[in-house]
Amino acid sequence: MKRKHWYDYLWIVSAVYLILGFFNILFAWLGLLCFFIPLILSLTTGQKSYCNRYCGRGQLFSLLGGRFGLSRRHDIPGWMKSKVFRYGFLVFFFVMFFLMLWNTYLVFADVKSLSQVVTLLWTFRLPWHWAYHGTLFSPGVAQFAFGFYSVMLTSTVLGLVTMVLFKPRSWCVYCPMGTMTQLICKAKNSTSSK
Amino acid sequence: MVPTKRNAVVDQAVCVACGCCVKVCSLSAIQILHGLYANVDSARCVGCGKCVRECPASVIHLKEVAR
Ligand code: SF4
Ligand code: SF4
Ligand code: SF4
Repeated sequence: MKRKHWYDYLWIVSAVYLILGFFNILFAWLGLLCFFIPLILSLTTGQKSYCNRYCGRGQLFSLLGGRFGLSRRHDIPGWMKSKVFRYGFLVFFFVMFFLMLWNTYLVFADVKSLSQVVTLLWTFRLPWHWAYHGTLFSPGVAQFAFGFYSVMLTSTVLGLVTMVLFKPRSWCVYCPMGTMTQLICKAKNSTSSK
Repeated sequence: MVPTKRNAVVDQAVCVACGCCVKVCSLSAIQILHGLYANVDSARCVGCGKCVRECPASVIHLKEVAR
């Protein structure tokens, strides 16, 4: 076994993040870190260091699927690792993300009222009012939290399903952040090698 | 007879550069190059197959290579 580093325990942060969303939805804002850190790391270093080292979600899946054996460890189907599916899922994810931002804007602009639901798998609207205790700022701040937590919970659920069906970290094959950081590295590499 | 040994080989065209293989290799024989794909240092790899089992995309296999 390799020596453990501090960053091998970041799965705890990921687990705590998901749990906090059950108590106060505003904690969902912290999840922006898992959007910006990978992008900044790949843009500045040209490496997928976030995936390779720091991603707590990946660690959580390898812990649950590996150590706890909650995975069949079957090979992922070929189409799921194809570029078409990976890039397609990235585009779909972005479209849904911008729809979420648009919704947030509408609440900020007082066009829509705050909806206290977490939308799972872009379809199922789960009542989540028990994790909302008001906000000091605009209700839009809370709307973003509900929307962002929906994104995080949805991707966790998808990741858990493919963890059980295939290898523990199957989510990493089609994870939008993983695909995006790899694309950034590709772009950086093709420009720097010219 | 050419002496051979087993080595991990990565299909770099489909590797997602997640680094799961790097984490399990106790000999540090596999690295991610420029965030693009994994690359095996054949001098270090002993063909134990740990990375093969771990790879979520199943793009590593073992191959007999000349020593
Ligand atoms: S691919 Fe996604 S889940 Fe996997 S390590 Fe990278 S950011 Fe984390
Ligand atoms: S086969 Fe074993 S030694 Fe070779 S790269 Fe994979 S884990 Fe490392
Ligand atoms: S585990 Fe597989 S997909 Fe991930 S970096 Fe290693 S070879 Fe590539």
